[in-house]
Formats: sequence, C-alpha cells, structure tokens
Amino acid sequence: MEIFGFLKKRLEEVPEDHHQDRGFLVFENTSEVIQAENLLKRKGWKIRVMGPPPEIRTGCDLVIEFPLIEELKIKKVLEEAGIPPLQAIPVSSPLLKPVDLFQTKDFGNYLMVQAANMKLTVEKESLTIVNISGGGCPDVPYLADQMVGKGLNQAPSPLEIGHTLCGYALHLAFEEMKRRCLQ
Amino acid sequence: MLAVVGTVPNPEFPMVAGKTTLKNGEIWVQGRRVIVKRGTPALLAATIKTGEALGQEEPFSYLIGDTGSGKGSQRLYQYLVNDLNQRNFHALVFHYLHPHIGWHSKILSVIQKMTPKPVLIADAGFMYVAKMSGKSSVYDLFTPDMGELAFLADELAPHPFYTRGFLLHEENRVPDLIARAYQYGNAARYLLVKGEKDYIANKDGIQAVIDSPMEEAMEAIGGTGDTLTGIVAALISFGLTLPQAAILAARVNRLAGSYAHPSPGTQVSEIIPHLPKALEEILKEQRESIQ
Repeated sequence: MEIFGFLKKRLEEVPEDHHQDRGFLVFENTSEVIQAENLLKRKGWKIRVMGPPPEIRTGCDLVIEFPLIEELKIKKVLEEAGIPPLQAIPVSSPLLKPVDLFQTKDFGNYLMVQAANMKLTVEKESLTIVNISGGGCPDVPYLADQMVGKGLNQAPSPLEIGHTLCGYALHLAFEEMKRRCLQ
Repeated sequence: MLAVVGTVPNPEFPMVAGKTTLKNGEIWVQGRRVIVKRGTPALLAATIKTGEALGQEEPFSYLIGDTGSGKGSQRLYQYLVNDLNQRNFHALVFHYLHPHIGWHSKILSVIQKMTPKPVLIADAGFMYVAKMSGKSSVYDLFTPDMGELAFLADELAPHPFYTRGFLLHEENRVPDLIARAYQYGNAARYLLVKGEKDYIANKDGIQAVIDSPMEEAMEAIGGTGDTLTGIVAALISFGLTLPQAAILAARVNRLAGSYAHPSPGTQVSEIIPHLPKALEEILKEQRESIQ
C-alpha cells in the first residue's frame, strides 16, 4: 500500500515535460527493475517505473526514472545490492507513463479490480483471492498459481515473485484491492 | 495439423514437442504431465476437447517452463527456429510467451518460408510482441480482450500496461478501437475480441457480435480467453473459415460457461468438460435451422 501510494503521489507530482533533471536506469530484465525499484524506494529516493524510449525497447520492458543528480549514489547502492544497471541515460524525450487508472466491478459477494490488462477478484467475506485473469506474459499463470486460494494478507506480492509488465500491473491491482478491502 | 506454442508455469518443466493428449483433465506431452489451470494448458485442453467432439487428431504442442524470466521462452524460440522449417502445420497458435522483438522477427522469418503458410493465430504475449514489432498484419487472427484491444488501438503503446488513458476499455468504444487498430496496421486479418460481448471484426469493421448466453462472472474467471482461443484454433484446423470458426467458438465458449453455472470464484477447469456438450448443442441447433 505504502509503495503504491507513493507511486501514485509521484505520478501526480511530476509534470510530464519537466524531465531535464531526470535520467533513466536500464536493466538486464524486468525482475531487476522490480528489485531496484523496491530497494530505491525503501531508501527514500523519488523514482518511478516507466516505459523506455523506442530506441532501447526490446520487448516487455521497464526502466526506472530517477533524479539525475543522484546518479552516483544510486548506482553505488544498486551495485552493492548486486543489481547494477546496464546504463544510466539522461531523459531527452517523454517516457511512457504506466496506467494509473483502476476499474472495479462489484459482483455482490465478489469484488474485481482491474489495472491495465490484469484483473484480480476476491471473495468479500473471506478476502480470499478466487481468480486472476487477463495478461499475456508467462508469469501470469505462475502468479495465479501462487496467489489464488490465498487471503489478501497471506498471498505473495506480485512485486516479489513477478517478472514482467503484466506482473507489475497485477501488483497495482493487488495493492488497490488491499487498499479497498483492508483499510 | 494444428500446433500450439506456449509455456507452463513451472521453471523445472523441460522443452517438449509432440502430440498432445488430455487424460483425466491433465495435459500429456512426451510423457510429461501438466495440470490444467489457465494459460497455455487451458488453451490446449479446450483445443483437444473441441477436436475430440469433431473427430479431429490431437494437436502438436511446443511447451517449456517459464515463470516470467523469459529464459524458457528464449529456449523455446531457439528450438522453433531450428524445428519449424521441417514441419507442415495447417495452423499455428502462439500464446503465453515472453515478448521479445528480436526472437519474434526470427520466428516470423522462418514461418514465412513454410509452404503452405500456416494460418497464424496469436494471443497473449506473442500478440503483444507482434504488435510491438509492427507485424500484426502478417497474422490471420488475434484474440484480444477489451484491455488488449485498447492496446492494439494505441499506436504508441508497446504493451497494454502503457495504453493511454483516452483509449478507455468501454464496450461502446469497441467499433472506434477496432477501426483505430486497423488504421495504424496493428490488427491481424481478423480480430475475435472477447468480453461482455464477443466481436468478430476485420478491416471493414465488425462482422458479428455474440452476446448470449451472458454470464457476468466469466469476466473474472482466469483462462476463459485461453479456452476461446483453443476452441477457435480447433475449428480452424477442422476446416471452418476464420469468421465461421470465430462465431462458433464464441458461442461454444459462452454456452460451456453457462453450463458450469459460474460464479467469479469458478475455475476454468470446471468449464472445459462442458465444451463438447456445448458444441454438440449448437451444431444440432444449426442443423435443425437448415432443415
């Protein structure tokens, strides 16, 4: 919840065109992006996960936008954690903004939250995750295996065990569901 | 023959390629067993059940374990590049695979040398990478859901995660989204858009809308899109034209769902056993309407 709240706040705070003082960190794969995001946020840096510019896009990609002035410190922290970025590049054009809209559907005894292409459904009384649908990356069936049948408080976070943008979208749906049901 | 390419959610699952059967609700390929929950195993189970009802041979499948790191998908891509040119498939379905533009280009280059060229169907991750690569029009059928249709309609989005907010996933926007996807060359020859209503469309617009039976809970059930793709693939392999297969598949998937009396907590494995009965019922109805 805290992580998601912070992300949402940052999306509101940072104007689209004020990116001259920002850079982006490129990693080997999305798993490393997710690990780096967790680490940097825990350390209090104002970063956000974004889509890369077309010239470096290979597929299911994310990059981390960060304050350029903090480059050395951030790279040092990441290297110490064993997740050094492949590149740190100044932002020269607007980066793609992840989805920040949620759709919800109330089925009576069940509630479904959708973030981008991922949907997560819980049974309201027991707060058990009963279904996960949508998505197309190969961690989706795995995440569903690990999460369906578990309570909102017991299920593993997609941020910890997911690897892809679909996993990241499921994380947003999961956090939104927790915000709605557990607060 | 029909071939299905996809992944299973088990990092230890090895690369397998072969005829695929369904026994006691489980998928078997080259002596390896896969439990059917959602994803490619659900697609395969639906394909086999539909094919059985039509007296069709079992599909061929290429499967590997991948839990999202992309390592399994990359091994599978490498295998396909060396294997596909020795095969002769009537239709090829690409499913839950890690999107990778470079590998997609290599696979497509091999497919384009196959004679005759198979009917190409893409869903899930491989549909994403086909669109990212600007190669959607090479495909014969995409089976997006509403969110994925908005992604196809957004010429700038490389993944549904980045679909811009003005392209809302609303039912009344479907004709606009379809038109926009074709306008920018980001749709296959046919689209089967799955949702509250199922739409069959091509570059000339919506060709058919299937909206009954309507079970609201189906939207929440993971794997119902996979079964739809599995059914349509089996029907294309049987010899139906693309629009005929898409319309029939949408009707069969909905009726099988309805037979399961679903709630949002129903699992897709509870729906798959109803597919043969649903197919039989609709075919009977069609026969009677002709007589």
